[in-house]
Amino acid sequence: MTPALSVKGLTRHFGVVVAVNDVTFDVAPGEIVGLLGPNGSGKTTTIRMLCGLLAPTQGTAQVAGVDVTQDPELVRHRIGYMSQKFGLYDDLTVQENERFYGSLYGLTRKALTDRIAQVEAFIGLGGRRHQMVGTLSGGWKQRVALACAILHQPPILFLDEPTAGVDPASRRLFWATIRKLADAGTTVLVTTHYMDEAERCGRVAMLHGGNLIAIGAPHEVAHFFGEGMTLEDVFVHLQEQTGEVA
Amino acid sequence: MTRLRAMIAKEFIQMRRDRLTLGIMVGIPIVQMLLFGWAIQTEVKYLPTVVLDESATSSSRELTQAFANTASFRLVGYVPSRAELDEALASGRAKAGIVIPWSYARDLARGREATVQVIVDATDPLASQAAIAAAQAVGRVQSLRQLEQRGVAVQQPVDVRVRPRYNPGLRSANNIVPGLMGVILTITLVAVTSMAIVRERERGSLEQLIVTPLTRLELMLGKIAPYVLVGYVQITVVLIVGRLAFDVPITGSLWLFYGITVAFIVATLAVGLLVSTLARTQQQALQLSFFFVLPNILLSGFMFPREAMPEVAQWIGLVLPLTFYLQILRGVLLKGLELHHIWPQVVALVAIGAAFIALSTKRFHKTLD
Repeated sequence: MTPALSVKGLTRHFGVVVAVNDVTFDVAPGEIVGLLGPNGSGKTTTIRMLCGLLAPTQGTAQVAGVDVTQDPELVRHRIGYMSQKFGLYDDLTVQENERFYGSLYGLTRKALTDRIAQVEAFIGLGGRRHQMVGTLSGGWKQRVALACAILHQPPILFLDEPTAGVDPASRRLFWATIRKLADAGTTVLVTTHYMDEAERCGRVAMLHGGNLIAIGAPHEVAHFFGEGMTLEDVFVHLQEQTGEVA
Repeated sequence: MTRLRAMIAKEFIQMRRDRLTLGIMVGIPIVQMLLFGWAIQTEVKYLPTVVLDESATSSSRELTQAFANTASFRLVGYVPSRAELDEALASGRAKAGIVIPWSYARDLARGREATVQVIVDATDPLASQAAIAAAQAVGRVQSLRQLEQRGVAVQQPVDVRVRPRYNPGLRSANNIVPGLMGVILTITLVAVTSMAIVRERERGSLEQLIVTPLTRLELMLGKIAPYVLVGYVQITVVLIVGRLAFDVPITGSLWLFYGITVAFIVATLAVGLLVSTLARTQQQALQLSFFFVLPNILLSGFMFPREAMPEVAQWIGLVLPLTFYLQILRGVLLKGLELHHIWPQVVALVAIGAAFIALSTKRFHKTLD
């Protein structure tokens, strides 16, 4: 089966800093892959390169069958993206945001209305549809952002710390939705700091200082660093090495 | 097309919700028009004037009265000596001094040339020129009257008659107020779009936006289109204020004027848009907009005639939409010009607008680096 996402030797420099160094991995359709690593390990930079938001210094990536270095515009049609910082409009209602983003992906009139109703039901947004986004709590905001990211039914979804600052109940709900999307065939690449979320991924990729140091099922990656280690142990261990612990 | 429409619709909703900004966009032009339209007067009238009347005769008093009767001089007092006249000018108590020598009445009576001196504070050439012209006129009129009294046939061999067309009253408001309309529009419209892109960047919505298939041109046009309407609201407001408060004539076709105005609005919004793509923060955008405002006031022909500027300064004026719009404003409103008179200006505005949109689009990248 051709991979949904194929990353080869992806590298990005910011001046003298190497943010991402020669990262290579494949993701199969319908898979949920978690990108883990301490702050500054290159997770966001990797996702941004895969979305065409940053040009790689070296290397390539096939995203949904399109080379992102060759045709980033075409890639944009085939992906959904949730940025780390909430990127919707606070001064628009839930539905106005949905209509705006749906239209940007070429949905019109009835198709747009139908699809919005479908996604709202899928994510459970119906009751908030006329609420101003700025007045929503963090958990609701993330759900709206997810709704806007999947309106055009992208085969691949990039989620950059989608649940940062969201309460546990909302996180659980959010992940249940992700699971359903993946079961329906959507490929998901997600970064997270929560180890319970990492455990829900089919595979995790551990980044450290811009290098991909391990990739595999969550327990495999944990064991890779030592018998009896949990992902959290690995994470704390790596973070201590980076000197990022306050 | 769907995407552009979505972009415009979204901008409209946001604009409608931002009542304060909307209020500012309409309120500021009204306040500025009233304030500056009233304050800026270039015809210098009623210069405070002191008189040193050494002659102290009925003919010298008659002459003094002749000066006072013009709108240029306002007598504020007599001075007893030359020293005090100098002092009055130096201190600023007076801007002009009239010296009538003791021999004035005697020379007139004997049919000799009588001299009168008018001293004008010329630190501001604009203010002094009107006084100088008025003084010369007084001299001519007095001379003719003297000749008449002596029974000389008073017919000037050459009679130059100046007819100030388009603004017969030589009201500076007729020139300033339409110009002011253009300046105010420039300032507010540039300020509005200079925030357009950079605000999205600061709020964090730009990243989400550029990961969609929205093209750069669609983004730029979507940011401009809603504010064309704002521009029209503003131009209507300032036009009404100009007409009601300052009696600015509307000689030409309003339809033509409104039709052409779109070229100016788009060009000006495009300038703001370029600012928005250059700036990284809203504060920078604001500073850049200010930087753009000054040449508009000084080099566009609003304050000073472009004909008087060195060539290089005139060239700079050629990239400012206001330069051409002023010619249109004054041309259509005051002179009643038709499209065939002003099409070069219209073409220039369209070209400037297209160039700035192209430049903004080129400047803007759908990437984060």
